[in-house]
Amino acid sequence: MAADLFYFLVFPGLLFSAVAGASLSWFDRKVTARVQFRKGPPFLQPYYDFFKLLLVKETILPKQGSPLIFLLAPVFSVFGATMAAVFILLPLFNITAGFRGDLLVIFYLLTIPSFSYIMGSLASGNPLAAVGGSREMKLIMSYELTFLLLIAGVIMKCGQQFDLNSIIETQQAGTPFIGSVSGVLLFIVGIFCIQAKLALVPFDMPEAEAEITEGIFIEYSGSPYALIKLTKYLMLFALPALLTALLMGGFRLDGIQILWSILKVMGIVLLLTLIRNTNPRIKIKQAVNFFLIWMNLIAVIAIVLIAFGY
Amino acid sequence: MGFKSYCFKKSLWVFHFGGASCNNCDIEILDCLTPRHDLERFGILLVGSIRHADVLLVNGSINNHDKERLIEIYKQAPKPILVVAIGACGCTGGIFADSITFAGPVDKVIPVDAYIPGCPPKPEAIIAGIVKLVQKS
Repeated sequence: MAADLFYFLVFPGLLFSAVAGASLSWFDRKVTARVQFRKGPPFLQPYYDFFKLLLVKETILPKQGSPLIFLLAPVFSVFGATMAAVFILLPLFNITAGFRGDLLVIFYLLTIPSFSYIMGSLASGNPLAAVGGSREMKLIMSYELTFLLLIAGVIMKCGQQFDLNSIIETQQAGTPFIGSVSGVLLFIVGIFCIQAKLALVPFDMPEAEAEITEGIFIEYSGSPYALIKLTKYLMLFALPALLTALLMGGFRLDGIQILWSILKVMGIVLLLTLIRNTNPRIKIKQAVNFFLIWMNLIAVIAIVLIAFGY
Repeated sequence: MGFKSYCFKKSLWVFHFGGASCNNCDIEILDCLTPRHDLERFGILLVGSIRHADVLLVNGSINNHDKERLIEIYKQAPKPILVVAIGACGCTGGIFADSITFAGPVDKVIPVDAYIPGCPPKPEAIIAGIVKLVQKS
């Protein structure tokens, strides 16, 4: 019980993932600034933002709508993101082996933040938040099938094993899955799924800043918004870590391999940042078409290739 | 200086309210966020919703229509909020001070923490005003 609490609150869970995610968030903002020939914020900027929102700012409750659900939604989202990070990172750091079928549990836990954003935005009673909530719903419907196909492809590739630990062990015994044609296709699909799950720029219609003024988060202020920021940091670390585990051979914690493990995650975040900086926001209809037709097509081609052994 | 006020100073998020402006001040405010001046290195971001804002930038002369909206926006902002009046129109009324639709400079409507005069003020002047605001608060 004490070990479980330690896992949840400190080491692979809340504290460690939040610090790692905040550093990655700084990396994302710094790279964005360098791409635009700016200087960029200091390293501690994510912490300043978080503690300012948590400690200094006033929390305003909406007059219309439901204050209880409005306040509970960020708590749920932090809980879901932390649980997903724990289940991803425990096998990844080789602490415990996880259990059979934990990939499906991770898949469901990763959708909890998006669902709680929708709940919170609809509970705020703001019309722009409702527009953002409906867009987030359509986005979830379009990318979840693709994400499931990605996981199915990885499971097929390592010989019908449903738990993250044996997927990582299969890759570390042989070659990482990304070293094959189907692995590259699955990696492309995975990058775009992460982009949509994190709501980064080509797929940021739920929180379009110029258009519906932050959309789903428009009514949040003070500490609930700090919890939403915390969820964003956690997801920015958990999702690239999951992709590393699924396709790139996971982490290794001996000697120089630690550096490679860190570079893998930073490389994925760098790719996400570059996609975010070189693309405009697309319409929700285009996003649905993109995932339901093109990304699903690539994922199915990858699965067919896996069945023939490529 | 406490931890809270240090975090607050290091992460000022700005919401931009344009009154009946001639758009010169708006352009100069956006200039502060461009590569040459880059206010993000001080943690200053432009946000879309007043609920996330720490600083309310007001420019342009405030006429009778804008007055109600400015008061409404100010009431919706989470406290503590700092208000900055930018440009000659925001500070004093400028050339519109004798107009029949003029409802007073910004400090007649809501309390103001810093004034940045100029028609329009240069981005350097806006940055200097922000630095004085940070030192004062």
